[in-house]
Amino acid sequence: MSADLATYNFAYLDEQTKRMIRRAILKAIAIPGYQVPFASREMPMPYGWGTGGVQVTASIIGPEDVLKVIDQGADDTTNAVSIRAFFQKVADVAVTTHTKDATIIQTRHRIPEQKLTEGQVLVYQVPIPEPLRFLEPRETETRKMHALEEYGLMHVKLYEDIAINGRISKTYAYPVKVDGRYVMDPSPTPKFDNPKMHMSDALQLFGAGREKRIYAVPPHTEVVSLDFEDYPFEIQTFEQDCALCGAHGVYLDEVVLDDKGGRMFVCSDTDHCEDRREHGHVGAMLAPNQEAAE
Amino acid sequence: MSANTHVFTGGFSDPVFQSQSVFRMLMDGMARPGSVHAVEHDAGQPDPLGTAAGAIALTLCDHDTPVWLSAGFSKSSVGEWMGFHSGASLTREKAEARFAFVEAGAALSSFGLFSPGTQEYPDRSTTLVIEVAALGEGQSFTLSGPGILQSKSVEITGLPEAFLRLWADNRPLFPRGVDVILTAGRSFLCLPRTTKIVA
Repeated sequence: MSADLATYNFAYLDEQTKRMIRRAILKAIAIPGYQVPFASREMPMPYGWGTGGVQVTASIIGPEDVLKVIDQGADDTTNAVSIRAFFQKVADVAVTTHTKDATIIQTRHRIPEQKLTEGQVLVYQVPIPEPLRFLEPRETETRKMHALEEYGLMHVKLYEDIAINGRISKTYAYPVKVDGRYVMDPSPTPKFDNPKMHMSDALQLFGAGREKRIYAVPPHTEVVSLDFEDYPFEIQTFEQDCALCGAHGVYLDEVVLDDKGGRMFVCSDTDHCEDRREHGHVGAMLAPNQEAAE
Repeated sequence: MSANTHVFTGGFSDPVFQSQSVFRMLMDGMARPGSVHAVEHDAGQPDPLGTAAGAIALTLCDHDTPVWLSAGFSKSSVGEWMGFHSGASLTREKAEARFAFVEAGAALSSFGLFSPGTQEYPDRSTTLVIEVAALGEGQSFTLSGPGILQSKSVEITGLPEAFLRLWADNRPLFPRGVDVILTAGRSFLCLPRTTKIVA
């Protein structure tokens, strides 16, 4: 171990903290969708920057791991860059931006477009783990509701959405039921990503630092988005293709280009977009440049 | 000074990385019930504790986790060894135990006295580490549940006689219930409370 790492234990956290978090992770996997309380630590970054996800990653990561960190699908935004740099510094691990090369992917609010495989672990950063919190502010009550599997209030909320807006208006943090038992907040991922959680080959771990909760979805586990027979769950669709790589059926970000109404839609998953362009896929806005180059 | 000076020996030679390695196998084991993992590192545990069980104790137990030992382990120096290396206290009350270690061939009459957690806090339950004769050979069992694509078959030798009946009683308690890790020498497999077992 090099001298400059000597001031921190491997992966920043002390061993007793890691053991406590590791025990919480094992119980979370054994009870899919249930929020396990844990003694969340102060981390050298503010709450809201992914302290829960960072503590989960720090407790599971080893020297052989390859880490990828994404923020809204992107590898190169502030949150992703600083967390990646944090683990390079305190754990000296290999990092990557390629989804297929990573063993641990820490994510803020997206699931990669590329299908995850067995052996990969997806670690979510979660701001508010309790799906019932905005319906019932008291923790004692929400805990009782989970204990009694009393989720009527959530269905009333979805019903009121339909009564007022004509459709279920929730577009992110869309509640899911895990293995037919616990209603779970999938973290504020767009509802577009919900189907990817269902029967995933990868283990999914969720860490909420400020709220001190860890929960998990094991691989090959049923994750069903709540809905009604006459108002079935639907994901977002996009009329355009990605302007850079021409991808269709992926989650797109809208980028405003000027003050005359100009805009473009690009892949939110930067690795997926770059990979497609490397393989010769060209979107509408890159095509003219390529012709000019030839 | 204790006459049993060997309780001070053993433990991981490189605790940070070896406990990380064992934990990752445990996490993978819980996420994929029935998958058999082998602990590479020596735990230096006293007889009759197995290497995998010793490594699991070093990886997960500390002063926050009261440990219950079966009769065979209680008579040996296993308790003192665990206390010295992990800081865990021993308890005679099954309900207080966060971890319970059971030696091979011990009679299991019930999981009932171990803590299944509460309906509000089902995570406050005991994890049982049970030694069996061998994993990957012997009688075949079919597992299904979360973490398993359709079904998985595992071979276990020396599973306690009453185990299947006790497990069948454990499953309907969900979300409450105990979780089990079966160990055999260096190898182990995990059975979270969600797993269904058919002989």
